[in-house]
Amino acid sequence: MSNVVVLIDTSISGVIRGSATELLVAASRLGTPIAVVVTAQPISAEKVRLLGQYGAATVYNAVSADVATRLTGPQPEALASAVAHFSPSAVIVSNTIDGRDIAGRLAARTAGGLLLDVVDLRIGGDAIVSTHAVFGGAYVAEWAIASRLAIITVRLASFEGAAPEHDPELVVMAVTADLTSHAAVIDAVEEIVSNSTRPELRGAKMVVSGGRGLGSAENFSLVEGLADVLGAAVGASRAAVDAGYVPQSHQVGQTGVTVSPDLYVALGISGAIQHRAGMQTAKTIVAINKDQDAPIFDIADFGIVGDVFSVVPQLVRAIEDRRS
Amino acid sequence: MKIAVLVKHVPDTYGERRLDTTTGLIDRLDDDQVADEINERALEVALSHRDADKSTEVIVISMGPTGAKDALRKCLSMGADSAIHILDDELQGSDAATTAEVLSAALAQQGVDLILAGNESTDGRGGIVPALIAEFLGVALLSSLGSVAVTSSEVSGSRETEFESLRVHTALPAVVSITESSADARFPNFKGIMTAKRKPLTVLTLSQLGIGVEGSVSKSILVSTLERAARGSGTKVIDDGTASAQLVDYLASERLI
Ligand SMILES: Cc1cc2nc3c(=O)[nH]c(=O)nc-3n(C[C@H](O)[C@H](O)[C@H](O)COP(=O)(O)OP(=O)(O)OC[C@H]3O[C@@H](n4cnc5c(N)ncnc54)[C@H](O)[C@@H]3O)c2cc1C
Ligand SMILES: Nc1ncnc2c1ncn2[C@@H]1O[C@H](COP(=O)(O)O)[C@@H](O)[C@H]1O
Repeated sequence: MSNVVVLIDTSISGVIRGSATELLVAASRLGTPIAVVVTAQPISAEKVRLLGQYGAATVYNAVSADVATRLTGPQPEALASAVAHFSPSAVIVSNTIDGRDIAGRLAARTAGGLLLDVVDLRIGGDAIVSTHAVFGGAYVAEWAIASRLAIITVRLASFEGAAPEHDPELVVMAVTADLTSHAAVIDAVEEIVSNSTRPELRGAKMVVSGGRGLGSAENFSLVEGLADVLGAAVGASRAAVDAGYVPQSHQVGQTGVTVSPDLYVALGISGAIQHRAGMQTAKTIVAINKDQDAPIFDIADFGIVGDVFSVVPQLVRAIEDRRS
Repeated sequence: MKIAVLVKHVPDTYGERRLDTTTGLIDRLDDDQVADEINERALEVALSHRDADKSTEVIVISMGPTGAKDALRKCLSMGADSAIHILDDELQGSDAATTAEVLSAALAQQGVDLILAGNESTDGRGGIVPALIAEFLGVALLSSLGSVAVTSSEVSGSRETEFESLRVHTALPAVVSITESSADARFPNFKGIMTAKRKPLTVLTLSQLGIGVEGSVSKSILVSTLERAARGSGTKVIDDGTASAQLVDYLASERLI
């Protein structure tokens, strides 16, 4: 089996992010996972063991003093070094803002072929075959790369299950490249900590989203109330984000997060084509909108023509009643 | 200062977008294509810098089929000073890396101080061309900025990722990509539309750029495509006070509560 290099996501302060498991699952589909971890200080034996449990056969710890100060500077260096060291068939990073920057730099440097925003992976003959959801899942396409390094960004919350465990070998290297000419400077960092107990939007089994119809940030609590009684994540339309009801990270759609939950509830959302592009593959869609001609009803399994301010409180009560 | 704005001509997201299922490429045959909205916002960053510093020169660059000229004309009417259209039949089906290589050659030829792009295109959603260009040109990259401040020697801004909110800066030259949080673009005014016709729009082929493509313009090959059946609508009830109860029954029957 060929080696597959995986870049483990870490916070700027060095914490290993939850995406490590799914990235290693993706890698294990293609070969033997080599986990690359870029940190300011050498990582602990405990973290090495943990990455082994997630599926890493080798942990390649690239140590760089620049992690917290040079924007995505050391990571391409570490990956280029891992590529030289392990001759992998593929490099896998997460399809995040940082991941794409790192993958782009690595691809330009290694002439590797890019497979972007991948939702599934397999080996087909002598090629690596990736699955992509195009135009919000209206199409599914498979692309392949053969006989060259594949550089893959995987969509988070797409790879489930667990990879075979290993007792990993640890290899430590120091990133010595001078990054000053081409890596930007990080002046300040603030970790976005969600203090809610709600599920993450990406990968959530249930999502309740609100749109401009909610009318204000205060009224948006109606969306959150329904989400909480369902145990759902909270989403929003771009209009709701633009109006400042919720942060941008909640945007569902063309230029926001793509979700594919079992249940999607759209409250006061017209269902513009760009919004639908981010949620139309949900198994069940429920819409509540006071305009009976709103396009969201064209794709809703259950639509209510009504005012969210009267229907949603009744709905919350009715769900609670049924449960008790 | 010389600023280049990278503009992609894409299928209008308000229309029905199609994938050519034999090539796996986006169907660009119809006229329903526009300058990507995110690139108009990038142009706005450049134009507002020029508003403050009149010595600024703003050039828009697009690589794409004949229609890309329309996107460039629109940018000229919004206020860009000149445009470059990279047009060559050989480039059909280019992947992100080839696109970035070709754009980099044009940017190097122009000798620009600042390159502005969108964080991701609405058709490809690769979000990777800016990083590839930064590496090809050996310059810094400030990606996904929600707000940008440009001075004569430096660019800085705020960058919100999935996990962190950062303040970042770098010396010029640099590549910057911006997000939807960046300011809305201005509309072309009458004077802009009239003067746009006289502004230079240069068409360049690969040989005029002094580069050639070795082998294929795409490193990946299509295996299969599948169009998902369009989604239909189900039950629609008009609320008469009982709709929420009916919905609860429905959710229970679908085992969703
Ligand atoms: C390039 C591009 C990318 C885009 N990307 C996205 C994206 O990622 N996500 C996205 O969502 N949009 C996106 N958009 C914007 C999109 O076109 C729409 O403008 C947006 O989705 C509208 O949001 P909305 O449905 O909340 O608002 P509106 O269209 O204004 O709809 C509000 C709805 O609320 C209903 N309503 C009002 N009051 C009530 C009430 N009391 N009870 C019940 N219903 C009520 C109204 O009937 C109406 O249907 C994009 C646009 C472009 C050009
Ligand atoms: N063919 C192109 N011509 C000009 N600019 C492009 C082209 N492709 C991508 N870009 C730029 O790169 C950004 C990100 O695109 P992408 O990496 O394709 O998602 C776009 O918003 C543009 O600014």
